[in-house]
Amino acid sequence: MCLTNHFWDYFVPGIANGFLYALIALGYTLVYGVLQLINFAHSEVFMSGGFGGLFVINWAIADRHPHGLSSVWFVLIGIIAGAVTGGVVAFVLERVAYRPLRRRHAPKLAFLISAIGMSYFLYNLAGKEFGRDARTMKPPFTVTPSKPLFTIFGASVNLYDAVIALSAIIMLVLLDRLVQNTRLGQGIRAVAQDADTAALMGVNIDRVISQTFVIGGLLGGAAGFLFGLGTAGVSYTMGFTPGLKAFTAAVLGGIGNIRGAMLGGLLLGVVENLASSCFGASWVDVVAFYILVLVLLVRPMGLLGERLGRSA
Amino acid sequence: MTRRDLRSVLMGVRARQLGTAVLGALVVDVMTGPSGSLTAPTRGLTGSLLSIRAVIFVALGVALWAFLTFRDRLATYTSRWTAAIAPSRLVADRRYRRAGYAALLAAAIAVPPYLSQYWQEVAVDQIGVYVLLALGLNVVVGFAGLLDLGYIAFYAIGAYSCAYWTGSLPIRPPHVFNPFVTIIFAVIAAMIAGVVLGFPTLRLRGDYLAIVTLGFGEIITIYANNLQSVTGGAQGPPKPIPHFSINLLGIHYQWKISNLPYYYLLLAFVVLILVLFHNLENSRVGRAWTAIREDEVAAAASGINTFRYKLLAFAIGASTSGFAGVLFASKIQVITPLSFVLQQSILVLVLVIFGGMGSLAGAVVGAAVIQWLPNALKTYVDKADLFMYLGAVLVVMMIYRPQGIIPSRRRSRELAMAEAGLVEADALTTASKEV
Repeated sequence: MCLTNHFWDYFVPGIANGFLYALIALGYTLVYGVLQLINFAHSEVFMSGGFGGLFVINWAIADRHPHGLSSVWFVLIGIIAGAVTGGVVAFVLERVAYRPLRRRHAPKLAFLISAIGMSYFLYNLAGKEFGRDARTMKPPFTVTPSKPLFTIFGASVNLYDAVIALSAIIMLVLLDRLVQNTRLGQGIRAVAQDADTAALMGVNIDRVISQTFVIGGLLGGAAGFLFGLGTAGVSYTMGFTPGLKAFTAAVLGGIGNIRGAMLGGLLLGVVENLASSCFGASWVDVVAFYILVLVLLVRPMGLLGERLGRSA
Repeated sequence: MTRRDLRSVLMGVRARQLGTAVLGALVVDVMTGPSGSLTAPTRGLTGSLLSIRAVIFVALGVALWAFLTFRDRLATYTSRWTAAIAPSRLVADRRYRRAGYAALLAAAIAVPPYLSQYWQEVAVDQIGVYVLLALGLNVVVGFAGLLDLGYIAFYAIGAYSCAYWTGSLPIRPPHVFNPFVTIIFAVIAAMIAGVVLGFPTLRLRGDYLAIVTLGFGEIITIYANNLQSVTGGAQGPPKPIPHFSINLLGIHYQWKISNLPYYYLLLAFVVLILVLFHNLENSRVGRAWTAIREDEVAAAASGINTFRYKLLAFAIGASTSGFAGVLFASKIQVITPLSFVLQQSILVLVLVIFGGMGSLAGAVVGAAVIQWLPNALKTYVDKADLFMYLGAVLVVMMIYRPQGIIPSRRRSRELAMAEAGLVEADALTTASKEV
């Protein structure tokens, strides 16, 4: 019954989810890499990206019914709007909740608590400002979302899943190149490997940390828009569950490890969808938690090992 | 550095502080301003930023900045009368402190009968129960320096255990007990859950504990919702949970729906737990926690089994939470999974942080103040915004006063020392590199 029947029907949409988790997980992993701290407020960066993308795309589409090439432009506008919002929120987040504490060399506990506080502050502020009911996003396509685009192994792939996967792949490749090949990426890897030594070598740690938050925020914000696109709506509480799952994905792949986060995201998306075929959709959120505990018990350094600097 | 350099640096610092004050004022303006809605998403922002409110708030922010910056100069004039009324000196003296506690306890006993029905209910359901919860979490966060974000899950386990052993759940227990007896079962169940959860995570970096407990808190409500045939699902247990009662040695007494009997029961338990935890803090166990907080490697090297002591703190916190769950369940009789959502864990965390990590008096006062304030202000502030304010409280406390309003002397010294790079002040790193 479960797993054997409709295996690919559950597998394929899981990949689209997995790409979203990977995008969010990178935010956790990058920040963890440079600061060795879990950024609890990253789920709210994701949420704000959803709102940013939604407002811009709803305003841009207005009464039009985009199709063909114009759909591509609208999706692109949405992604950029989401990414920019996410980046700005992540920047502010670092300035308010992290930097003052870092200046004082506050204990780790203080960072975790201030990030939790920021998370609750941000999502409830969004709820207050933008209403507490889910807002619907105008579709940038005239195609109905559930209509299959093409089939893989007999499983149909719909347009939204394809768009999400494609955009995510492009962003993941870009990020990988950025971290590997640019001066900025070199700085991030240096700080991740040894912050004190990096500072001695002339790396401006404050700036690198800020940039790391912004990069994570860009990806998380774009993911927020893509999530809103897939579910056709955005709400102020949308960040929590994907955030927790993306963190699980980051730990699964090895927190601090960029390629690990990508792998972990994909794996989690697929496993979760397959598990939901076995246990029913109401248990889907439980799966990620068990995976997290299992990974911590069996292989706490994750599949690909930790350390951004060494193995990225 | 010449005097002119010093002055320009000082100017820069002051300018930045002024900027912070103005931005902070605008944030407060938006927070307290009108809300947006689905149809008018910008109404909240425009209503608070493009109105006279913004000017008033910025003026207040600047005034606050000016007061804080030039306070030193003012201080010479005002020091005479502030010294006379400053209560902190009195509190610092142990003799006065004891008298103060006695007076507080006397007030806690004498005042409630004169309160209105509404405030009596607040005193039991919102303050009393949460004081217990805060005391338990204080052991985990304050004493051991661990972050537990799924704390309310143990509260749920306690409440549902009570429902099970009193025969209120769809599944029948082998024997139906009085709620008093179920306290034992609930505490054991919560403790087991705490150990099972802490075991895989406490060996690792402590920040994993935070996220695993976060997930656990979420899972418990999903279980309570989905396992219809066991927990009664989203509506909660089908039969109301009975009140406490005593039928022993010819004494027959039943706690009814009214608040006062429950209030005194809770007060007795709170005092009991306060005494217990105070002794624990100064025992061998408490010293071990202190050592782990301050330097885990050194503690491990001195022969302290850090994992075991962290697990112990976690289990004590969990069982206190389970205990509070029984009291809560038996008082309100009808529980649903909605009583145990993650927000409640954050609420308890705010109580502990606001009061002062590691300070028993802080946990009590923090719980009383934070739980009392929203009720006192409920005609002015939308209750839906509560967690926005609480989140801001956490951030502001961490930036400006991490030791809380009634700091534990040891804990605030540790926080200061941690900032100088001397100790760690939490147990979030791992001593034994088992990873």
